[in-house]
Amino acid sequence: MTLKSEPITVNLGPHHPSTHGVFRLRVVFDGEVIQDVEPIFGYLHRGSEKLAEERTWTQVVTLTDRLDYTASMSNNLAYVIGVERLLGVEVPERGQYIRVLMAELMRIASHQIATGFFLQDLGAFATPLMYMFRDRERILDLFEMVCGARITHSYMRAGGVNDDLPPEFFPALASVVEELPRKFDEYEQLMRENEILISRCKGIGVLPRDLAVNAGVTGPPLRASGLAWDLRKANPYEVYDRLEFDIPTGTDGDNYDRFLVRLEEMRQSLRIIHQCVEQMPPGPHRTDLPMLLRPPAGEAYGQVEAPKGELGFHLVSDGGVAPYRCAIRSPSLMNLTALREMLIGWKMADLVTIFGSIDINMGEVDR
Amino acid sequence: MTRAISGNELADRLREAVPGSVAGSSEASVLVHAASLVDAARYLRDDYELDLGALIHLTAVDYVDYFEIVYRLTSYYRNHGALIKTRAYGREAPEVPSVIDVWRSADFQEREVYDLMGVRFTGHPDMKRIFLWEGFDGYPLRKDFLLRRP
Repeated sequence: MTLKSEPITVNLGPHHPSTHGVFRLRVVFDGEVIQDVEPIFGYLHRGSEKLAEERTWTQVVTLTDRLDYTASMSNNLAYVIGVERLLGVEVPERGQYIRVLMAELMRIASHQIATGFFLQDLGAFATPLMYMFRDRERILDLFEMVCGARITHSYMRAGGVNDDLPPEFFPALASVVEELPRKFDEYEQLMRENEILISRCKGIGVLPRDLAVNAGVTGPPLRASGLAWDLRKANPYEVYDRLEFDIPTGTDGDNYDRFLVRLEEMRQSLRIIHQCVEQMPPGPHRTDLPMLLRPPAGEAYGQVEAPKGELGFHLVSDGGVAPYRCAIRSPSLMNLTALREMLIGWKMADLVTIFGSIDINMGEVDR
Repeated sequence: MTRAISGNELADRLREAVPGSVAGSSEASVLVHAASLVDAARYLRDDYELDLGALIHLTAVDYVDYFEIVYRLTSYYRNHGALIKTRAYGREAPEVPSVIDVWRSADFQEREVYDLMGVRFTGHPDMKRIFLWEGFDGYPLRKDFLLRRP
């Protein structure tokens, strides 16, 4: 006997613990199987792009902090690179090394959040997440030492960074980076071979490479689908061309690969940090620029490989003290383009893990 | 290093492949007529040497006389990029054709431009506001939308 069934529409979120912020999904289920998905955004929309048009070029840095608030340094960096391209200024070498150092510390912190919450979504309640938060805390302490803030740093400026590193920074950094490899081993021992993790991740939520490219997916999800595309290598900015590191890639593009790519990227970031400390030259950390910037009329695009993917700022100047247009290319929003294809055919419980494995931040999606 | 394809060079190629599509070019970008945008887009994506498979960024700038839609393209396999532009005229109902059939990544980005700038993309299957609510008055990123209203 066949039972008569009909599709049922369920609203997930915006207040759902697994949505990592205020994200809403309208899902059509057939029993427990997902038939259709419609993401609904906008609950955290603050109009950053419009606000930027009413602030001076330097003030906009504070707005970029609030995009992906788990990776403020990377956001600062993308924006100031754009402004520097408009101005045509060079950054002193020390400034560049400091920026790269900060961006990589930020990448580790952001990936710790990503993997921690991903494991939480899988049902590994609290323990892995707290491990990650414990270690991220140490990195946030470093940021506090450098710029006084833990989340909204606003540390970078056009032409360099706001302030040089304090003398107590390097000993503190040394103790953090000495401990981190052991912590990474701990994460791997804890989770990598875990039976439940493997059975809920392997082959789930597959993102084919061609779809990933066509849908504009970047960052760890793209690399997990087997394409070694990383702006730090493909289009090196700052001093990345002098640093040695590998780009981890996956083969299947499933949850497990995305998880492993992030674990490995943290180790690679650590390699970069070591090299930055070794190579960092003395000298000025910032080019002297006027207080009120007036870039010549024109347009420029600054992009970096942020922890979540390619973050870009398309800046248009009319020669005034404020941006004429500040358009943000946010990786979180773009990585959700293929979400529908990744979810259809899977079950409710997989929805939470597939969504978690993409690692988005609503501050950046809604802007 | 990602090579930026010269706009003038790309314009020559486009003139040959899609006659009548180029409206102008500079060293940095190519300006394409909106009418032949989709044909040009398909050529840029499918040409063996260009292979611009990823639409990295789509956005719009309000120049008051017209809206400029900016398409930033990248080829992951050849490591080069190009900048394509097109224009939409009029304040009431500016329109450009949607490139969603060529690049899936245009989906949310075109909706975002419509939501905040009010440029409608014809052929998009789900052309509605993405961040703001239905019924919101005006388009915030336009230059005549004031943040502090008197």
